[in-house]
Amino acid sequence: MAQISIKVDGVEYADAVEPRTLLVHYLRDQVGKTGTVVGCDTSNCGSCTVHLDGTSVKSCTVLAVQADGHEVTTIEGLAKDGELHPMQQAFHENHALQCGFCTPGMVMQSIDLLRDNPSPTEEEVRHGLEGNLCRCTGYQNIVKAVLAAAESAPVRIGTAGGTL
Amino acid sequence: MTVTEERPVTEVGSPRRRKEDGRLVTGRTRWTDNISLPGMLHLAMVRSPMAHATITSIDVEAAKSSPGVVAVFTGADLGDEQGSLPCAWPITADQKAPPHPSIAVDTVNFAGEIVACIVARSAVAAKDAVELVDLEYDELPVVVEMAAAAEGGNLTHPDLGTNVSATWVFDSAEAGTGGNVEDAIRDAEVLVERTFRQQRLIPAFMEPRSVVCDPTGEQTTLWSATQIPHILKLMLALTCGISESKLRVIAPDVGGGFGGKLQVTPEEVITLVVSRRLGKPCKYTETRSESLLAGHHGRDQIQTLTLSATRDGIVTGLKVDLLADMGAYLGLVTPGVPILGAFMYNAIYKFPAYRFECRNIFTNKNWTDAYRGAGRPEATFAIERLMDELAVEIGVDPLEIRERNWIKHEEFPFSTVAGLEYDTGNYEAATARAKELFGYDALRAEQRERRESGDPVQLGIGVSTFTEMCGLAPSRVLGALSYGAGGWEHASIRMLPSGKVEVITGSSGHGQGHETAWSQIVADRLGVAFDDVEVLHGDTQISARGLDTYGSRSLTVGGMAVVAAADKVIEKARPIAAHLLEANADDLEFTGGKFNVRGTDSSIGIGDLALAVFAAHNMPDGVEPSLDAEATFDPENFSFPHGTHLCAVEVDTETGETKIRSYVCVDDIGKVVNPLIVEGQVHGGLVQGIAQALWEEAVYDDSGTLVTGSFVDYLVPSAADLPHFTTDRTESPSSTNALGVKGVGEAGTIASTPAVVNAVVDALRHLGVRDIEMPCSPHRVWSALQHLDGDGSSSGADTPTEKTYVADDADPSHNAQLSGEDAGRAAADHGGLG
Repeated sequence: MAQISIKVDGVEYADAVEPRTLLVHYLRDQVGKTGTVVGCDTSNCGSCTVHLDGTSVKSCTVLAVQADGHEVTTIEGLAKDGELHPMQQAFHENHALQCGFCTPGMVMQSIDLLRDNPSPTEEEVRHGLEGNLCRCTGYQNIVKAVLAAAESAPVRIGTAGGTL
Repeated sequence: MTVTEERPVTEVGSPRRRKEDGRLVTGRTRWTDNISLPGMLHLAMVRSPMAHATITSIDVEAAKSSPGVVAVFTGADLGDEQGSLPCAWPITADQKAPPHPSIAVDTVNFAGEIVACIVARSAVAAKDAVELVDLEYDELPVVVEMAAAAEGGNLTHPDLGTNVSATWVFDSAEAGTGGNVEDAIRDAEVLVERTFRQQRLIPAFMEPRSVVCDPTGEQTTLWSATQIPHILKLMLALTCGISESKLRVIAPDVGGGFGGKLQVTPEEVITLVVSRRLGKPCKYTETRSESLLAGHHGRDQIQTLTLSATRDGIVTGLKVDLLADMGAYLGLVTPGVPILGAFMYNAIYKFPAYRFECRNIFTNKNWTDAYRGAGRPEATFAIERLMDELAVEIGVDPLEIRERNWIKHEEFPFSTVAGLEYDTGNYEAATARAKELFGYDALRAEQRERRESGDPVQLGIGVSTFTEMCGLAPSRVLGALSYGAGGWEHASIRMLPSGKVEVITGSSGHGQGHETAWSQIVADRLGVAFDDVEVLHGDTQISARGLDTYGSRSLTVGGMAVVAAADKVIEKARPIAAHLLEANADDLEFTGGKFNVRGTDSSIGIGDLALAVFAAHNMPDGVEPSLDAEATFDPENFSFPHGTHLCAVEVDTETGETKIRSYVCVDDIGKVVNPLIVEGQVHGGLVQGIAQALWEEAVYDDSGTLVTGSFVDYLVPSAADLPHFTTDRTESPSSTNALGVKGVGEAGTIASTPAVVNAVVDALRHLGVRDIEMPCSPHRVWSALQHLDGDGSSSGADTPTEKTYVADDADPSHNAQLSGEDAGRAAADHGGLG
């Protein structure tokens, strides 16, 4: 077992993990962050996307031990004091989710996308999300939500760091 | 009763943001795989790599002694307790079906079939031990291709003596709904014969299936990522010999289904049986690879079609010969899927004669079952491709050929050649609006320019004017089709003393937004606030009766049950209101949530009545102190949404690459409860249909191994692959339900596949391409252009499949004997092939 210290959604955790443990399994099974989900086993679907030190990663392709000493933000760490993050709000307002399974990963990736490119074109949003699969929405309202978030709240999204 | 100020005049029709979203966007979700119970054990499945083999030995000793492993079960270990997985739709009395154990006992019949189950203290320990089970097999001949299987040869199930499970026929002459199609073919001035292949698809819902079973209570509780908790409860009880009353099934948050979770799965049965054996809670969650390998597949049909017409392009008959690949077993509704299509081949058209014959075929592949549209996308594709081909033969625009044949809006209600009665529709209006939004004439002009200039990137325009039967289904019709259950839906309404309302629905949403839409319906009906309505579903202990969610049935059937329950609440409240208002019940009118005495200011709200009934201090004599009501709604007819979809595709003739340039759809789904939800359903549906046209295919190799067993190979499209869609609606309210609604869950998927393929073919037709087999991958498109036949034509398919015959003007009788292949030969003789 390996000893790791990780800050997850603002809280410090110190745990023993099997070295082979994937970050997503550590988050779900040991920290209880079940908002982050597993949708595939080939890193294609992006459902497990979280932020590692403020940058999006697919947590199925990161070992928990690689996150030792780092800071992770999950979908559960975005809303503050009962107020949705602007990207969560934009997904809600624009009906950018149906079953909602891909949504945590899609929201986390969308935030990262706007941090890299605060004023993207529709085409840039589509390409920025190509690592995240959705089977319900046909993506149209997801793209619309990301563009709406870029329009409405560039400052807050632009400050995405470890803590959001 | 609180009424929010921003409340719209009517909730129905308003684009309410969804109630469901709050938990889903914040990760406060209740997926089955999130559930963890004290002492819970974890299951992993050992799956056969062989497609067809006898199991000669299983050695589980090494697996049993692996760290953390508690038990290992084989098929023999489960014995009779695992029963045989159910098929609820025997389409014929003599349908052949093999036994279907959840864990294979003696033989395996497809690659991916479960041969043993590991139970361990952690999921990781269970998976580690999978590799330690040592199985030996004797290989048997593998049956992969359904066309060959249909003709005999090697048998998927030697005990059955045939690969044909059932043959099902509908003939309009026999049914009295139309003429004899052989007469129509004999007398045809134009014959179009084509064979189309509906490739095998995988539903690919985003949430992998998961099941948790807790046997420790008086009732065994089973959570499953399922579309059908009610059906599952009954079927598990019957399959495993458990008292139905000792079983509770819960579908918590479910991450998509598209038919793929309309099943009683081996994994559910195994988890139930094993957890009861061990007396411990157990969980099984599939990997994506397992999901693609062993979650049921969809489509997989070969359609041989003969369309007869006059020289003016008026269709006189349609004959359909279908082969449907069941795979190795019959799942819950597997045999009925092609039958659902049987009633839709005539689509929006006035065909006078029709014959449909389907043979259901066994092969050594994963079994097929419902996938979004289930039978209707296949039928719609076939007829919409054929109508384009007919337009080419007649030399008119594809929209013109449709208009010559479709049911005019003033001809509704219309009894079809397949025996259905379409209640309402307006194909003219939807088509006119779609043409306008699409810029049809301008795109045709651009297409001409590109053709004339020899542009390497050609433009194609595809048309699909579809209808579907949805709102499954009138119980008497299902009975006539030998389906094992009815098609009703149940709802109940609980009026709480605080004025809040609980709505319990038998529909089991998994992304559709029922919680929001049902709240809108009830808010209007009872005059309460949207936020005061709570919708409960998906737990058989709360929602005791139901038939669940599939076949675009939730609103047209489940929503109508909610309406009926709400109306009963009002009628139960009426005598109580009259008593309290000291008025005659006949003098009361119920509007805006209040009973008013006509012509006076005297009134009482439904919330106040709920409180008065709770107290029950002052009730009229003989009236029970409750406003709660329940209702079961059985639809009198299907509903028939329709629409016109237009697609422009650019095809690079040098690389075979296709790009959707624009896509316009105008759907008529009757009245709309929530336009936001409707639009989302259309978008998602379109993409699944487009994906069939261009990208997705479950491919097996000759040994019966699935070679598209991960998301690396099975190409679910991403945002970058897709265009922005233009959607609009026309509205012909259904006349068969009080809401006037028709259902929208499958519309986009049914309509879009032929629109896209018609566009791809249209882009290349002037170069001699007349068909491209789906999915129209760059390789297939490019190959079609490289392998033009001697006369400059290419079917683009693996096997040439098309024949067209145009009768000789001078001798209309010469084709009197034509049918099938003869027609093709005659066509060749007359130079009319192509």
